[in-house]
Amino acid sequence: MHELQALFGGFQVALSWFNLLLMFAGITLGVIIGVLPGLGGANGVAILLPLTFSMAQEPGGQTSAIILLSCIYWGALFGGAITSILFNIPGEPWSVATTFDGYPLAQKGRAGTALTTSFTSSFVGALLAVLLITFLSPIVANFALRFGPPEFFAVYLLTFCAFVGMSKGSPFKTIASMMLGFALAAVGIDTVTGQLRLTFGFIALLKGFDFLIAVIGLFGIGEILLTIEEGLEFKGAKAKINVKVVIETWKELPRYWKTYLRSAAVGCMMGIVPGGATPASFMSYGIAKKMSRDGDKFGTGIVEGVLAPETAAHAAGTSALLPMITLGVPGSPTAAVLLGGLLIWGLQPGPLLFTEKADFVWGLIASMYLGNIAGLIVVLTCVPLFAAILRVPFAIIAPVILVICAIGAYTVHNDIFDVYLMVVFGVMGYIFKKLDYPLAPLVLALVLGDNAENGFRQSMLISQGDMRIFFSNGLVGGITVLSLILLFWPAISSLIDVARGRKAPPAAG
Amino acid sequence: MKSKLLSRGRLAVLAGAALTACLPALAWEPTKTVEFIVPAGTGGGADQMARLIQSIIAKHNLMKQPMVVINKSGGAGAEGFLDVKSAKGDGNKIIITLSNLFTTPLATGVPFNWKDLTPVEMMALDEFVLWVNAKTPYKTSKDYVEAAKKAGPGKMKMGGTGSKQEDQIITVNLQKQTGAKFTYIPFKGGGTVATQLVGGHIDSSVNNPIEAVSQWRAGNLRPLCVFDSKPMDYHQKITKDMAWSDIPTCKSQGVDVEYLMLRGIFMPGGVSQDMVDYYVGVLNKVRETPEWKQFMDNGAFNQTHMTGKAYRDWVADAEKRHEELMREAGFLHK
Amino acid sequence: MQQASDERSIGSVRVWEAAVAVLFLAFGSLVAWDSHRLGSSWGSDGPQAGYFPFYIGVLIIISALFILYAALRSGDTEPFVRWGQLKMVFVVIIPTAVYVALIANPWFSLGIYEASVIFIAAFMRVLGKYSWLKVGVISIVTMVLFFLMFEIWFQVPLPKGPLEAALGYA
Repeated sequence: MHELQALFGGFQVALSWFNLLLMFAGITLGVIIGVLPGLGGANGVAILLPLTFSMAQEPGGQTSAIILLSCIYWGALFGGAITSILFNIPGEPWSVATTFDGYPLAQKGRAGTALTTSFTSSFVGALLAVLLITFLSPIVANFALRFGPPEFFAVYLLTFCAFVGMSKGSPFKTIASMMLGFALAAVGIDTVTGQLRLTFGFIALLKGFDFLIAVIGLFGIGEILLTIEEGLEFKGAKAKINVKVVIETWKELPRYWKTYLRSAAVGCMMGIVPGGATPASFMSYGIAKKMSRDGDKFGTGIVEGVLAPETAAHAAGTSALLPMITLGVPGSPTAAVLLGGLLIWGLQPGPLLFTEKADFVWGLIASMYLGNIAGLIVVLTCVPLFAAILRVPFAIIAPVILVICAIGAYTVHNDIFDVYLMVVFGVMGYIFKKLDYPLAPLVLALVLGDNAENGFRQSMLISQGDMRIFFSNGLVGGITVLSLILLFWPAISSLIDVARGRKAPPAAG
Repeated sequence: MKSKLLSRGRLAVLAGAALTACLPALAWEPTKTVEFIVPAGTGGGADQMARLIQSIIAKHNLMKQPMVVINKSGGAGAEGFLDVKSAKGDGNKIIITLSNLFTTPLATGVPFNWKDLTPVEMMALDEFVLWVNAKTPYKTSKDYVEAAKKAGPGKMKMGGTGSKQEDQIITVNLQKQTGAKFTYIPFKGGGTVATQLVGGHIDSSVNNPIEAVSQWRAGNLRPLCVFDSKPMDYHQKITKDMAWSDIPTCKSQGVDVEYLMLRGIFMPGGVSQDMVDYYVGVLNKVRETPEWKQFMDNGAFNQTHMTGKAYRDWVADAEKRHEELMREAGFLHK
Repeated sequence: MQQASDERSIGSVRVWEAAVAVLFLAFGSLVAWDSHRLGSSWGSDGPQAGYFPFYIGVLIIISALFILYAALRSGDTEPFVRWGQLKMVFVVIIPTAVYVALIANPWFSLGIYEASVIFIAAFMRVLGKYSWLKVGVISIVTMVLFFLMFEIWFQVPLPKGPLEAALGYA
């Protein structure tokens, strides 16, 4: 009950007109930032840091400051999905998995449904994560401490295993595509030895291949090229647009409650560890596909395929604030900038923050509830507006999208080389799509390859090359075994079916 | 090439401004948004300091033009250094450095040297402290080193940030001085290293004070000694019974290792003295603010401060030292 | 006549499959070679820097060989893309490439804002056949908005060209 009391105290702090205003302002700003691939939550937070600096010195101002900044963060989490669904261009890394079903849905003329599902699921994911933070934070915070290199490697392995075996076509194309992703991820400096790999003396390659540039090219530009083969228009332009779509979608969503719980659990775990929102969304999508009755229809545009990654991404994004507060370890670049903000305001994130600055922490937690409600209201009212973007004639929207892509690619490293690279990835995406090379494994390998390899090699350093380290305790062993189960799930599930099948006939007959 | 074109445009602007101003020679000021490059990722020590400086400048209106912080961490910071190197003569760009100013070119052979930059001001030096988990019995660095020797070579694990950078250099130096052999495990950030130490996945770390202080206060970590010639100059109690100043130097415990990391500001090469003077002026005002002092306290920084020739000599000397240390450790690029 | 040439196939799926497989083969070899140079064995304390990339390269080579073999054996003479379609793709990708090159290059850089105005305007005029007025208003307003958003509000510096220089923003 202590938590409830503290939380109500938090609501009292957070619920002032000024703070509510900040909340809506932050959310709106965050959505804009999330929509544009060039701006990340980190940009928005960084720009407002100086502003919050003076704010934080007023009494109670630290809470207002963190409300403003965290609402930008929520807004960006919501907003990332919009371009994924409408144009197949992920605004943020964690909305890549949302494109798999969100974009096909929009092409079928159901952009409104896809957007509503995505926003609602984001909200549910965040809500479940905040509930977790509210009531279980002392227990959960220490859970992160149990994660060393082998555990991290096991988590990445789990993400891969949850995801592979997804594509139908040639297995060799899947392997080639995934290995290409790993190879691109290896370019640049090697964290473990500090050696440069695969740079061939080119300075432009020093920084490696950024995931966002590849994704903007492969998915965004590649898709525009495929679309244009059929003529100068986007499919799905004839979507019916009204507010009723929200209510209709809501009627459909409760039946996926199991997927919601599972995805939120995946998201919370990945947020707390902290493994990041991007792997969480991939893992959740993969698991949902394997567990769902409609598993075969994933990727063709179904609601469940939007719901799973969005719930997990938002749950992870929200729960990532917990290790930030209690351990001072940021779970994302945005959290890293927020963390810098706390330090600059004179707060010291760490195990003692909860006790020493209880007002602040509970104010923040209360603002998570309120901020997400505010966010949901803002984005849902805008669903018809967003969906209407599809009605803008192709000859206007296509060049604007390409400009946004170029800006997005440039801002990742402030390097024009990346913009050239994006165009190359675009052509590659087009050819790969035409030849049925799956793109998802490439992207997943690119985003996780580096971390997975580091985790593995750090573990090997610790164990002096002994592979048994991946089964050395219950936690890492459990995750590793779970990965293997997921990897062989198709075989296992058919075995289960056979076992059931033996019993089934008499009943059916 | 691109920067050449840009700077030509800039020259035109400068010329234009000079003509319209037509006043007695004014001191130089930035002509557009100043880019503050951080050759490291978001959330690290250099990034925090850069963002603090940016916030202080914005809050106290110390500059007319805005300042933006840009992280260019690729290739262990080489991306950021090469960016500044290529902006020769550009007065609207500054960079904050850490030890990778020396270690990255030495370890990777990237065509870059600090002489490609213009030293502006040393803001502070960052201390390194030897930390162990508070649950372990080691009270002094001697205890720990003895335990490491007893456990056998490679059995004790030292965690640090990056490879062939400051943390590993200190570790190698420590091994040389004591004869103990550690297994060095590189991680991506200092905060992660501290958490890994609390979680017991590694046995010790050489974290900067600011990276580990919250865990120290929470009773999860224990400092053994500081790699400086004298104890840190912060006497306020951090935990119940200890202040930063109560941490003995490693030398006093028979571990003769000293290492401080530069937190300094540089500009591109070929800039005028006016430009350098301008930033020295701004940064000096930053150092006067209460926010800066608070930050120094929080992070227990060594507040050595230098400009001009003294700074340049210090940097040249530090480079020589890094080259020696890295040659001994076998970290030099072949 | 026009119709007929639009239906012309630009290479069969089989040819393109083989070509892409050869590219993969070359890429895989490059990766494997560079990794081998770095050291690709399993050292005393785990894998060396080139260990994983080396086997990644090897796996790319193996799968490329399988894909190549499958492509050469298959009689899939289905067209990869028809000339009419490819023309449309070129209509987008060539201006995009030109646009990207105009943003910044070693000889004559326009910066992102000017290049984008030209790009959007050209696209609208040529493909959408809009009136010059609409073309001008939409392209310029869009980019002014972007300029405000990136340069002024979020302070994200993007490449700038002669116009910004003349206005004192360079």
